[in-house]
Amino acid sequence: MNDVVTTTTYDEDVLIQELGYDDHFHDHHHGDKYQSNFIMHYIFSMDHKIIARQFLITGMFWAVIGGLMSLVFRLQLGFPEESMAWLKPVLGKWIVLNDAGIGTLAPEFYYALVTMHGTIIVFFVLTAGLSGTFSNLLIPLQIGARDMASPFLNMLSYWFFFLAGVVMFASLFLSTGPFSGGWTAYPPLSALPQASTGSGAGMTLWVTSLVFFVVSVLLGGVNYITTVLNMRTKGMTMWRMPLTIWAFFITAIIGLLSFPVLVSGLLMVMMDRGLGTSFFLSEIFIGGQALEHVGGSPILYQHLFWFLGHPEVYIIILPAMGIVSEVLSVHARKPIFGYKAMVYSILAIAFLSFIVWAHHMFMSGVNPFISNFFVIFTLIIAVPSAVKVFNWITTLYGGNIRFNSANLFAIGFVSMFISGGLTGIFLGNSAIDIQLHDTYFVVAHFHIVMGIAAFFGMYAGVYHWFPKMFGRFMNETLGKIHFWVTMIGAYAIFWPMHYIGMAGVPRRYYSFDSFQAFSHFSELNQFITIAAIIVFAAQVLMVINFFYSIWRGKVVTEKNPWGASTLEWTTPINAGHGNWEGNIPAVQRWPYDYGKDGKEFIPQIVPLAEGEKDGGDH
Amino acid sequence: MATETVMEHDVDKHDDGGNAWSGAKSPFKASYGKLMMWYFLLSDAFTFAGFLIAYGAIRFSSPTWPVPDFVFSTAPFGVHDAPLIFVTIMSFLLIISSVTMVRAVQEGHRENKNGVVFWMLLTIVGGAGFLGCQAWEWNNLIGTEHMTVNTNPFGSHEFAGEYLDEKGGSFDAGDSYLIHGHTAENGEFQWDQRPVRYETGETTVEQFGPKSFGALFFFITGFHGFHVFSGVVFLLIICINVGSGLYVERKNGYEMVEKIGLYWHFVDLVWVFVFLVFYLL
Repeated sequence: MNDVVTTTTYDEDVLIQELGYDDHFHDHHHGDKYQSNFIMHYIFSMDHKIIARQFLITGMFWAVIGGLMSLVFRLQLGFPEESMAWLKPVLGKWIVLNDAGIGTLAPEFYYALVTMHGTIIVFFVLTAGLSGTFSNLLIPLQIGARDMASPFLNMLSYWFFFLAGVVMFASLFLSTGPFSGGWTAYPPLSALPQASTGSGAGMTLWVTSLVFFVVSVLLGGVNYITTVLNMRTKGMTMWRMPLTIWAFFITAIIGLLSFPVLVSGLLMVMMDRGLGTSFFLSEIFIGGQALEHVGGSPILYQHLFWFLGHPEVYIIILPAMGIVSEVLSVHARKPIFGYKAMVYSILAIAFLSFIVWAHHMFMSGVNPFISNFFVIFTLIIAVPSAVKVFNWITTLYGGNIRFNSANLFAIGFVSMFISGGLTGIFLGNSAIDIQLHDTYFVVAHFHIVMGIAAFFGMYAGVYHWFPKMFGRFMNETLGKIHFWVTMIGAYAIFWPMHYIGMAGVPRRYYSFDSFQAFSHFSELNQFITIAAIIVFAAQVLMVINFFYSIWRGKVVTEKNPWGASTLEWTTPINAGHGNWEGNIPAVQRWPYDYGKDGKEFIPQIVPLAEGEKDGGDH
Repeated sequence: MATETVMEHDVDKHDDGGNAWSGAKSPFKASYGKLMMWYFLLSDAFTFAGFLIAYGAIRFSSPTWPVPDFVFSTAPFGVHDAPLIFVTIMSFLLIISSVTMVRAVQEGHRENKNGVVFWMLLTIVGGAGFLGCQAWEWNNLIGTEHMTVNTNPFGSHEFAGEYLDEKGGSFDAGDSYLIHGHTAENGEFQWDQRPVRYETGETTVEQFGPKSFGALFFFITGFHGFHVFSGVVFLLIICINVGSGLYVERKNGYEMVEKIGLYWHFVDLVWVFVFLVFYLL
């Protein structure tokens, strides 16, 4: 990359006018119909760009709630002796004061916090907030469409998500507390209302909320898939789609095939709870009383749950991978390395994600011979994952890298994905899982590989596309502080958990007072808690930066501030409904022409030169 | 619903002018509305697959299972000992309604409004007839035979043996029976569990069948029935729309009828599987 690279400017408007095509969009005055007043414009909007922002901001709201919950239970784990009386005004009866005025966290509420933290972050933040936001924003913009196939269903998708959120939020204020049986909601804690305090009304609201949520995912999913298949602009073949679009497309397919199976399980849980069936219950005693339930199988629920649950982690990570591929390529000023290998590895991961679910159940009592099957396919996932990692690294290699916030988070994603992925190889072995299952090793593994990594992908996307969303930049200095604190802090939180986990410390325990063997971890637990508080503060900084920049950020003055080649940067800075003012641009080449033929970048709308070979074809 | 979108006009209107596949056309040569229906059906198929797999898992972990030929052997007007006759009629109605749906879609392609209405009405009659039959079947199982989601009066003998009460008789291993009941003088319902002696020498009374039988039956056929019911409602709405001439001006071969047709065939297909696992196996 030492060649002389000239910065070329392209007159996108002329190219779109001359080479694009007229779909007669502006003859119909849709703008008036859809954006006539505040309510239709900002609340029940059918514009994919507004819906994307709705998903993002709702997701941020939930991220703050979910993060705060983790701080409360981290305080319990790190400083079990300290008084929590100061939290009494917020948590009310869940902080129990003794005669000396020392406040302790109620154990039921600790379990509820852990459960809600998981549910909220997995579903509301990393599914809706990540894939919902960027699929909505980028699919029409990057494939050259005016909007989603059905803007109406798209709006419904957001409002079902919102409804799911309202129901879940309401459950936080129940006198019996929200559901407390773990985010996986295994029976019998989920299937018997009398099993624990959170199993009553808390679980009823949890399961209701989740069903609404699945409706939202399915409405969004059919839209994303059909939009990608049917709405691409002229010249946008499948092999010219940016990797973001490939990732969102495959993510939507995975969601469409796995979430319905969760619904099967949840509906049966509802029957067990409400109608007295025994799908998931067998020979069970509560308080010394034998219940009438016989003949069901709690393992069956686990199968149904993890048939969603495992693909779900790819629903979370694939959009992040797509975003990172795009951001790395743009900011390294290099084509993505191995474009087709990236696509095939997404497809391979998606396929494998459906045949590995029982690796979550090695210790649940499934046949150990069946485990072999799942071990093998689980370990095979390392292959396409490694392909992606090597391609990201080779994309960076020799690049003219811009170390801005977006790219730092993309690079951080690669780091986190490697660290978390390696421990997945340990956990994928059913024999090693005997020691490691349900310990902090698992907690460390999945937080790094699909929690932190997915957040990094989301942050990379937010910093990168913020100018497209709001017409302003986010503050770079705050962004870099946000990155470095989060990067170092996240490792500080989760690296020690590997040691704790290998020593056998179980997850989800309220207190380790009665375990002599684990007492020497108390200082490590304090360290983790302090790191968690610092990292959370950095996220608050990001939220402040986000909202400050919406109104006060540096204004974007050129259409294509990053010098990116994809279509979203050919739209006006503050694009209205319909995205392009005149014609729809026609696509002439693949999306990763950076540093080609002495030009810094070549937008997708620039025709191939005489004899030039399209990049995606090799 | 989906037809109100801003995008509909650019489907198929753009001249692609070359071999390269160009925008606004599907690689599957289907409009986005039809594609959406296909993908919805795909996801719904997974929901049903979840239920049927649960059915298989629970059934094959139960020591015995009621014999369908015995359980489903009654029909209206006092017909007894007629295995699967009633469900055959029911299934026939549903399958025939798929055929009439095909005709409705065909008339739609021909832009023949009255033909569409006629065949859709027949489809609605078929669907409603199926629902009526299901209502009778449920009513019979619940009201007459006292099967509920957690009580299953249908049992199967594991061993051959004989009845010890005055009615007498003998049975083979695998034979199913129905535990009858009566309302006692105090108004409470009581089960009459007949005493039996197995050839193993054990003397006992007829045992209730696996509890999950009733739960699975009502849940899965109920979920399917709910699909049929929604289908009938949508068919009715679209039929009225067709009659009102709403789709005439769209000139897209009554695509709405085709979309609801896809759904209707799917519901029929699911019934084939439900029928297989509950009535045949």
